[in-house]
Amino acid sequence: MNQPADSAMPLEGRDMGQGSKKAAREADISKRFQPRHKARANKERLFVTLMTAATASAVLLLGLLIFEVFRQGAPWLDWQFLDSFPSRFPEKAGIKSAIWGSVWLGGMTLIFSVIFGVGAAIYLEELARKSRINKILEINIATLAGVPSIIYGMLGLAVFVRFFNLDRSVIAGALTLSLLVIPVIIIASREALKTVPQTIREGAFALGATRWQVVRDHVLPSAIPGILTGVILAMARAVGEAAPLIMIGALTYVAFVPENAFDAFTALPIQIFNWASRPQQEFHELAAAGIVVLLGFLILCNSIAIILRLRWRRFR
Amino acid sequence: MSGKQASWIRNRSWLKIRENSVVSFLWLCATVSVLTTVAINVILLTESAHFFEHISPLEFFGSTNWAPLFEPRHFGIWPLINGTLLVAFGALLLALPIGLGIAVYLSEYASPKMRGLLKPVLEILAGVPSVVYGYFALTAVTPFLRSISEDIEVFNAASASIVVGIMVLPTVASICDDCINALPQSLREGAYALGARKYEVVSQIIVPSALSGILASFILAFSRAIGETMAVTLAAGATPQMTINPFVGIQTMTAYIAQVSLGDTPYGSIEYQSIFAVGLVLFILTLAMNLVSQIIVKRFARSFE
Repeated sequence: MNQPADSAMPLEGRDMGQGSKKAAREADISKRFQPRHKARANKERLFVTLMTAATASAVLLLGLLIFEVFRQGAPWLDWQFLDSFPSRFPEKAGIKSAIWGSVWLGGMTLIFSVIFGVGAAIYLEELARKSRINKILEINIATLAGVPSIIYGMLGLAVFVRFFNLDRSVIAGALTLSLLVIPVIIIASREALKTVPQTIREGAFALGATRWQVVRDHVLPSAIPGILTGVILAMARAVGEAAPLIMIGALTYVAFVPENAFDAFTALPIQIFNWASRPQQEFHELAAAGIVVLLGFLILCNSIAIILRLRWRRFR
Repeated sequence: MSGKQASWIRNRSWLKIRENSVVSFLWLCATVSVLTTVAINVILLTESAHFFEHISPLEFFGSTNWAPLFEPRHFGIWPLINGTLLVAFGALLLALPIGLGIAVYLSEYASPKMRGLLKPVLEILAGVPSVVYGYFALTAVTPFLRSISEDIEVFNAASASIVVGIMVLPTVASICDDCINALPQSLREGAYALGARKYEVVSQIIVPSALSGILASFILAFSRAIGETMAVTLAAGATPQMTINPFVGIQTMTAYIAQVSLGDTPYGSIEYQSIFAVGLVLFILTLAMNLVSQIIVKRFARSFE
């Protein structure tokens, strides 16, 4: 708008035509620089409305989703549904084997992924020297966190199911899901470890503690709430995943509860997928009832994570 | 005295052993991620190599006919890529404006209390499993679309796009929100001191300054949308075709992989190997996008240090 080159020009270098042009331009500029309060206030109002609408739409969508699922599934949700095996008759079908499959999967995934995820985070954050190899490790972990879950399923199929011959067992599923959530846990745990003040470490080192003693007795206790939050959210993700389990060939019809780690299994998301992909309305409603159970569990996980985080913030 | 000293010494050597074993165990934990990466690459490459022994890469990348399950078979991957991109672009069309809008609202307009309420909602939205979105697409979105026009097929790309868009919405919103919050307060104050209104600050100062971070969130969301499996398997159908019409059935790469593994495909057959070839393409696509978005985010973080 305002051209500094123009004003820098020596005055005598201009002829009359340019002068009148300049006057016109100045008039133009002063017109353009009207405060236009009213128009801008209106624009502001429109803008606020749009931004609020975008946010409200997300909240409404979540509400609509939960409402729809409840409306369809609630009538089917009773003890008989929770305590029956799948069946081709909708009124007899239930999610007993799916619930127990998910419990087995979740529990074993929790064990594997916490040991390896938190262990890796401790190594990278507390023990490793800042070398080039560790830089590469870091990038590698961030990249792994973005690999689609179905690729992990292919990995599980080739490594655990075929190569280690674990077949379609709970342990093959749990190992696959562990690989999927380990990067998530590493990233969250490292964030938590980073927030521990350096003075705590230095104090312990000054008293002659070894590196592991410092981590075990001083760093870990103050990072635990943050790590726990990450672990809970990762578990919520693992329990809701269906694609990797379908890849490793988890069955959809399982009329028994897994007894040990090498049994075949089904899981809640797989059962839901199976029912949702059938054409009959009754099975869709069964899927909705299953979703109510799954979402209930996930919202519980999320709430615990939120409460933990709030408490931790107050504590610090 | 001497006994006490001896115990000290013993203690110290034991400490050393323990220290070393713990450190090496933790190192082992850290290598799991490297092993995972190596394993993913090795498996995808070797199985794809078997596939390309039977099907020439020329056909795979040159043909636009994908009919792997029935004779005569054709393995031209373009219909799958076409379907994947169709769903992903549709999803972004929905997620980008709304996600950016949420981020602006959260960081510039919302009161701290409102923010505290809305953040968990976004987290829950991000935590809803994709199979639930698939169900939602099938039982709510598709009937809604079909009530507008009868011509829309039961399985269609639009319905999948909409739910995938909802799925990646929290990703866009939270990364954009982080980037906007990372901007120095002085940028805003300078603009306000010149008499700018809030929308002017947002549209002329905040968004342009955070542009690279916003771009990174878009790329990441795109890569998520491409890798999404369950919702597209349930809602978008299983008819691979070259089309840009979102109201007909298509098949995405992920949906094809899921379809094959849901059936009884014998180990070592050409269908079995084909999912690894498709998986390889999927992996390379998402990997490239993730790396680009990581580089952009790093640059962005550095530019305001």
